[in-house]
Amino acid sequence: MSHAAPLAVVNYSEDWWIQILKAIVIFLVVLQIVPLVLLVERKLLGRFQSRYGPNRVGKFGLLQPLADVLKLLSKEQATPNTAVPWMMAIAPVISIFTATATLAIIPFGDVGSWGDHFGLYGIDVSIGILYAFAFGALAFYGLMLGGWASGSKYSFLGSMRSAAQLISYEIALGLSLLGVVIQAGSLSLTEIVDAQRDYWFVISQFVGFLIFTVAGFAETNRPPFDLPEAETELVSGYNTEFGGMRFGSFFMAEYINMIVISGIAATMFLGGWHGPGPAALDPLWMLLKIAGFLVFFIWVRATLPRLRYDQLMSFGWKVLLPLATLNVLVTAIVVVVS
Amino acid sequence: MSYPWSEDVITVERGPEPGGVGGAYRVLGETLRGLKTVFKQALSKPVTIEYPEEKTPVYPRFRGRHKLHRFEDTGLEKCVGCSLCAAACPAGCIRVVAAENTPDHQVSAGERYAAVYEINLTRCIFCGYCEIACPFDAITMGVDYELADYTRSDLIFTKEMLLADPIDKTPLRAEGE
Repeated sequence: MSHAAPLAVVNYSEDWWIQILKAIVIFLVVLQIVPLVLLVERKLLGRFQSRYGPNRVGKFGLLQPLADVLKLLSKEQATPNTAVPWMMAIAPVISIFTATATLAIIPFGDVGSWGDHFGLYGIDVSIGILYAFAFGALAFYGLMLGGWASGSKYSFLGSMRSAAQLISYEIALGLSLLGVVIQAGSLSLTEIVDAQRDYWFVISQFVGFLIFTVAGFAETNRPPFDLPEAETELVSGYNTEFGGMRFGSFFMAEYINMIVISGIAATMFLGGWHGPGPAALDPLWMLLKIAGFLVFFIWVRATLPRLRYDQLMSFGWKVLLPLATLNVLVTAIVVVVS
Repeated sequence: MSYPWSEDVITVERGPEPGGVGGAYRVLGETLRGLKTVFKQALSKPVTIEYPEEKTPVYPRFRGRHKLHRFEDTGLEKCVGCSLCAAACPAGCIRVVAAENTPDHQVSAGERYAAVYEINLTRCIFCGYCEIACPFDAITMGVDYELADYTRSDLIFTKEMLLADPIDKTPLRAEGE
């Protein structure tokens, strides 16, 4: 017996210690992206609005995220009289757990990119993208419980909206990815990336890509679909009553969700780790694609106003869902015929 | 002759009805146009004036903190202590106590001078009436606008403070800029 039993069953031998090491490295790297995205978002929004953005804390405002986190950590976590305290405590935990859990399946490189005995991803589950959907659907419990347990009307309205929004857009999101799954013939994310060796699926599945992008914005509650936390009408929606690091967790979960959606988009449509240069550069290409998508998130935030609630619903059900269904149908026919 | 009412009718050109797949297609086009516009903004120089380092320029006619003036050739004060400014002040923030000039203590060009000249800037409304009332152009409105201080008594400006040149020069804007 040269090997100990692996923690998870994979189709190649992988040492237990390397699985733990991978998990730590992936989470460390991605969690470092979060403050970076925070800063880049504020800087870019500033530029889009003809101002500088934060530039007071440290050189070029580089220490701004650190100052933000320190501020959040030192703040009081108030609980309203009408709230359910233990639910308010676990809601941000659910949010951040479901957000980080999906990170495990996003592949940053193939087996052989950096070593022949391990792949640059947390785990290659055979159900692949379904795993991401499962946690995406669970993530809404964080918002829902958080808003409901706060015992405030604004929070409650925000969580109701997030529930309605999730139901309307989750279906379109799933159907938009189904075309890719049909084309690749696999649910596993690594196999989907392998299938894009010749050309990226964004070419053959362009409609699917558009639907996924729109539904992804709704899934992450980013503008123009940030109705659950619409500042103008709901104060801050589901997180109104949360203070300190509890709010910080919701905030962080939103940004991790952004990274996850960008990662899935890069994996499913933009060729994942594929790019010119030696195989050792694979994770870099993946990170670059994710970064590009994140910038697009910010760009859209600076451009589009928030949709009205009825516009959101009718867009989800009357436009995205039929379009996504048609896309799957056409893809299926083309794949069967050819 | 009767007025042709038909000339008053304005026909409004409306866009196509929103909604549906066609609406979604048009929305996509408009979204791309918006994205382009926003991206153009990112390439332009920010309009921010980084205040403590860089001050907003004001027009020469800006009514900021008052200044008292001296004659440039003799160095005598222009103010003769007539109290017309105090009489004109709607906020009642100017206090003038006049005293007689003597040959060995000549302060102003006239018979009397202002022994005490105080402006309470917590009360001043910067209307500029004092400037108009003054028969000798002894008091004018300057362009300094940084008038924050820690206590109210610090904002009572004495004659010496009003006569002194401001430490920070406020940048001026050209007329018509």
